[in-house]
Amino acid sequence: MSDASQAPRGPQEFETALNKSDTRVAEFDVRERTLFDRAQHFLHGNPTMVPVIVLVLSIAAFGILAGTKFFSAFNMSLIMQQVSIIGILAAAQSLVILTAGIDLSVGAIMVLMSVIMGNLAVFAGLPTPLAILIGFAGGAGAGALNGFLVTKIKLPPFIVTLGTWNIFFALNLWLSGAQSIRSQTLDEVAPLLKIFGDSVRIGNAQITYGSILMIVIFAILWYVLNHTPWGRHVYAIGDDKEAAELSGIRTDRTLISVYMVAGLVCGIGAWASIGRVGSVSPQSFQEANLQSITAVVIGGISLFGGRGSILGPLIGALIVGVFNSGLRLIGVDVLWQVFAIGWLTIIAVGIDQWIRKVSA
Amino acid sequence: MMLRKLLLAGSFMAAMGAGQALAADVSACLITKTDINPFFVKMKEGAAAKAGELGIELQTYAGKIDGDHETQVQAIETCIASGAKGILLTASDTKAIVPVVKKARDAGLLVIALDTPLEPIDAADATFATDNFKAGELIGAWAAKSLGDKAADAKIALLDLAPSAPSVDVLRDQGFLKGFGIDIKDANKIGDEEDARIVGHDVTNGNEEGGRKAMENLLQRDPDINVVYTINEPAAAGAYEALKSFGKESDVLIVSVDGGCPGVQNVKEGVIGATSQQYPLLMASLGIEAIKAWADSGAKPENSPGLDFFNTGVTLITDKPVDGVESIDSAEGLNKCWG
Repeated sequence: MSDASQAPRGPQEFETALNKSDTRVAEFDVRERTLFDRAQHFLHGNPTMVPVIVLVLSIAAFGILAGTKFFSAFNMSLIMQQVSIIGILAAAQSLVILTAGIDLSVGAIMVLMSVIMGNLAVFAGLPTPLAILIGFAGGAGAGALNGFLVTKIKLPPFIVTLGTWNIFFALNLWLSGAQSIRSQTLDEVAPLLKIFGDSVRIGNAQITYGSILMIVIFAILWYVLNHTPWGRHVYAIGDDKEAAELSGIRTDRTLISVYMVAGLVCGIGAWASIGRVGSVSPQSFQEANLQSITAVVIGGISLFGGRGSILGPLIGALIVGVFNSGLRLIGVDVLWQVFAIGWLTIIAVGIDQWIRKVSA
Repeated sequence: MMLRKLLLAGSFMAAMGAGQALAADVSACLITKTDINPFFVKMKEGAAAKAGELGIELQTYAGKIDGDHETQVQAIETCIASGAKGILLTASDTKAIVPVVKKARDAGLLVIALDTPLEPIDAADATFATDNFKAGELIGAWAAKSLGDKAADAKIALLDLAPSAPSVDVLRDQGFLKGFGIDIKDANKIGDEEDARIVGHDVTNGNEEGGRKAMENLLQRDPDINVVYTINEPAAAGAYEALKSFGKESDVLIVSVDGGCPGVQNVKEGVIGATSQQYPLLMASLGIEAIKAWADSGAKPENSPGLDFFNTGVTLITDKPVDGVESIDSAEGLNKCWG
């Protein structure tokens, strides 16, 4: 019972300085996160957000610059129409690019199949639905040829499709004699071929069945890629083919099926393209393959395979359409439109590379 | 070893001699850009018919695709080696082909450029081609006369070929504007005009898809367009589809150039108001005659007065003729159409 025991045992005089010191025991060293880092992480998780942001900003910018001529329901629906064919090809292209391949023949397959559909329905007198189905089958067959050469003969996709691009183009010219089948002839003999050029009016917007078809194709592919085993296999092969094979995926079969589905989508695109153009035109869409790759890349799908959302290329195609329409309406010369799309592509790939370098 | 070489050389020379003895007196070559474009198919037909008539042996060559320069060079070399008297050529690369053309002319062959002038134009002995400026002027004048007083406040859209604006593109575009009565400033430059009646220019790549897109874009700029010039008939067909989707196909005059059969059919059905027809068949048959004359007497063809080439003619086709612009109707045009 000493005084000392009753008195509160405060820290000794020399210990009071400790109060000012850090009381934490042990913790991880946290680097201050900049806004920049956060953005990089966010985009790594949501790669489609880059094109979505670009699309929204570009629509806003051209809306301010070009006014109501650009920012109207009618013009928006017109842009949809104008990009619908390249959009459908971009859907086919995305499938192949997701497997770390590339398909230079998509446009040539499409034009060849439109010529086949037109020739069979108009000159050979086949019922139009049968002609269309043969065109679909032909598209899938052309894709199967690409897939076979890539997997079984083990040639690089770039070389295979560079070759088949020329082959399909030559067949197209041979079959068509480089001569179009006129719109008026189609109206008489095979109006069904032009069905995707018809449209529904919603207010001022004029939405063609072709635009709707494009969206439906993307929606189906989105579901298949994200919710079926086949879809997951496609991503797995693109990410690491050997690992996919070791985990039991039959990579060759899946790859062939990917090229076939891409070819089939091109065949469907062929039907839509007749509606869009109004006639069977063997000389149209000569650069469609490159335009489809542009849409895919701007849409944030990695050319190295296995990464990106199938919805990206839809946005990518729309961005190209918005730029072309907007630049034209503010009176920019054609060659500067080409210039702008070129830079857009390079910047898109640059952003993709930057996102891939994300630190944990 | 030596003996074998000699024998070989001997039989080779014998073969060459035999070849020359067997051939008709005069042989000629036709080299086109491709074998598939209907324009060149018609050209080949014209040349073959005339060659048969005059007893000339004709060899034909073509590039694999548009722009296939290498195959054309090889074809010219083959022609020189075969002892042909002359070459009819539609060059894919009008500048790069010049050295090998010179080689042929130095070897005594008459070289005639068909449809596409070489650069420079006098690199060939003669050029038989459509006067593309005149082709444009005809449809321009027809459009202005058809509108009458309303031409003063017309709204004109021009659907051109390509951003690179090759010579045919410039000549037809500027010819049309001049024919319409617009000050074209520099005739070598598309788009330097300041006339308020011009809504704008866009490019089509000469096909239906491009024609449609270009028309949509220009209509978006000004929905009151009522005159549309097109570089060729596929572009015109595309433009018509766009007008139809805007519900304006009946208020607009479309004019074009070419005279291919689907195009003339479109004139007949009122899709295209008027088109300027060119004559690939005539180019080729006149070319064969010129080679015959060169082989017989050494005479070279002369240029049309006031031009640096021989004009093979261009005719306006329309079913709505106007005073002061000569034209034929679509029925007659269909008889003369190619493709």
